[in-house]
Amino acid sequence: MGKPLIYRSPMPGFGLSMGITLTMLSIIVLLPIGALLLKGASFGIGNIWETVNRDRVWGALLLSFRLSLLAALFNLVFGVLLAWVLVRYRFPGRRILDAAVDLPFALPTAVAGIALTALYAPNGAFGSIAAEAGWRIAYTQWGIFIALVFVGLPFVTRTVQPVVEEIEREVEEASATLGASRFHTLRHVILPMLTPAALTGFALALARAVGEYGSVIFIAGNIPLVTEIAPLLIVIQLEEFNYDAAAAIGIAMLLISFAMLLAINLIQVWSRRRIGHV
Amino acid sequence: MLITIPFARHVAAPRIPAEGRPHGRAAIETLRAHPVDWPVPRVLEGTLSALAIVLAGIAAAPAAQAETLLNVSYDPTRELYREFNAAFALHWESLGNPAPDIESSHGGSGAQARAVIDGLAAQVVTLALASDIDRIAKAGKLPADWQSKLPHNSSPYTSTIVFLVREGNPKRLTDWGDLVQEGVQVITPNPKTSGGARWNYLAAWAWADRNGRDPKDFVGQLYKNVPVLDSGARGATTTFAQRGIGDVLLAWENEAYLALKELGEDKFDIVVPSISIRAEPPVALVEGNIRTPEERALAEAYLSHLYSPEGQALAFKHFYRAWDSSAANPEDAARFPELELVGIEHFGGWAKAQPEHFGDGGIFDQIYVPK
Repeated sequence: MGKPLIYRSPMPGFGLSMGITLTMLSIIVLLPIGALLLKGASFGIGNIWETVNRDRVWGALLLSFRLSLLAALFNLVFGVLLAWVLVRYRFPGRRILDAAVDLPFALPTAVAGIALTALYAPNGAFGSIAAEAGWRIAYTQWGIFIALVFVGLPFVTRTVQPVVEEIEREVEEASATLGASRFHTLRHVILPMLTPAALTGFALALARAVGEYGSVIFIAGNIPLVTEIAPLLIVIQLEEFNYDAAAAIGIAMLLISFAMLLAINLIQVWSRRRIGHV
Repeated sequence: MLITIPFARHVAAPRIPAEGRPHGRAAIETLRAHPVDWPVPRVLEGTLSALAIVLAGIAAAPAAQAETLLNVSYDPTRELYREFNAAFALHWESLGNPAPDIESSHGGSGAQARAVIDGLAAQVVTLALASDIDRIAKAGKLPADWQSKLPHNSSPYTSTIVFLVREGNPKRLTDWGDLVQEGVQVITPNPKTSGGARWNYLAAWAWADRNGRDPKDFVGQLYKNVPVLDSGARGATTTFAQRGIGDVLLAWENEAYLALKELGEDKFDIVVPSISIRAEPPVALVEGNIRTPEERALAEAYLSHLYSPEGQALAFKHFYRAWDSSAANPEDAARFPELELVGIEHFGGWAKAQPEHFGDGGIFDQIYVPK
């Protein structure tokens, strides 16, 4: 008996909503990325490799991805902690703190960069204290790290927060009743439930940090091989009207980012399998 | 897996014929994903209507009106063109024309040139480097010999590079040679991203050339003393003045005077080296963006007004070295110290200097990554 290949969904409006979605996706995401890849394709794989395979480009890529990874890891730990504090405890000023978490989203990144630089420069409020201890923050890799932590913080907190809200007290109480220590409950009951959301937040924070330009540019010293980030290298190539080389570095960043996000997704799948759906 | 659910005859789901089923039961397959509804015509329809809305939005954007002028300029000319635009509008009206609508856009010289190449409809460009306008010419928006169209290499005003040091000049920096000493921190933007910084670099090169030093070596040592490479001239000024980094800022002369005026004369001193560069920020009419004769008349009048005594007086007032001081405040025109100025001709013009020094893998790149 021949079955119809296509079943009509009982939900109305599929054609219109799918059409709008495809259009928006194409215009906003696929078209620019497609243009980038097309530019790279016309440049040739050999040329792309030649552009990327230079000490200075590797240095910048390594710096960007290493610091982004470190900043995202930092945000993973403190973002989860912050989400936990915001949901589980009641204290004066909690709502203000909760709203403040979103500030890095709302602030223009250039403003954030200038503000952070003003604070951490050797004559700034924090910078002067650190300078007395012989620790330079602004215009070093520490400065870049702080800027990346700043822009990435809300991602982990905002993805984990609703999950913490959903965790029912009974689960912990059951764990305690069965004789588990507080730490055991945390390690084997709470954390597994938070892991998928935390990983999502981690991936978002990482992706944001890798592409961040506006805030970093003010606080990094931009010295080649020391504090020069990969996005700056792209801007430099554009200034030279060298669109091909800029596209080549852009594609390299795209590929590395894609590989990292894929790895994070695989870890997520693996952790879901291991602990089951929660 | 098959499950069966009972349903009444008259509320049958649309695709499950209820007739002829025993006991009003039908089998529904679960756990096997059906391809979802995929009505191609309707998706296309949705896509097209969304596109139509976007296009209508673009088309509805206000069409350009007559008598508008966009001047695309570089960073430190903000103050100059704010005042010049107002003065020119009055001048244009006094000739019996309706009030023009003049706008200026400011940013890094290279980025601004790129915007014009990519379609920013500027009738007039006033950039930091002739090589940036050359790029626009190469894109076909103005003739290759644009620089010979207006007097003084199309540069209504010039400037040079001087040192801005901290009050009292604690490190006793008097000339380029002092900048490579151990322990001196020099602030200059990145020549790859800043037009002004290329003049800084070339000025240092010219000094070494004249004083029997190996210029490449000298410039290399100089950049070893640079702790922060900002992307633009304003950023470098901020790093030096507000963040307190560095002993000396290599700056446009006009930026240095502006910094003194804005940030306090008691905080910084200007040191004029023995040799510097004659920086010629040129101006040009973007032929490719002129649509009507009226627009051309306005743009040409705008540029030639830069050369008029009034325009020149404004340039002097904003710390540029202009040519005609007849209408300028004598104080403005007399403030500039005499020094030996080397022009870009010394480097064989921008067409040669740009790729040799600042191109990909050029001499500047080799300072950081030896070949």
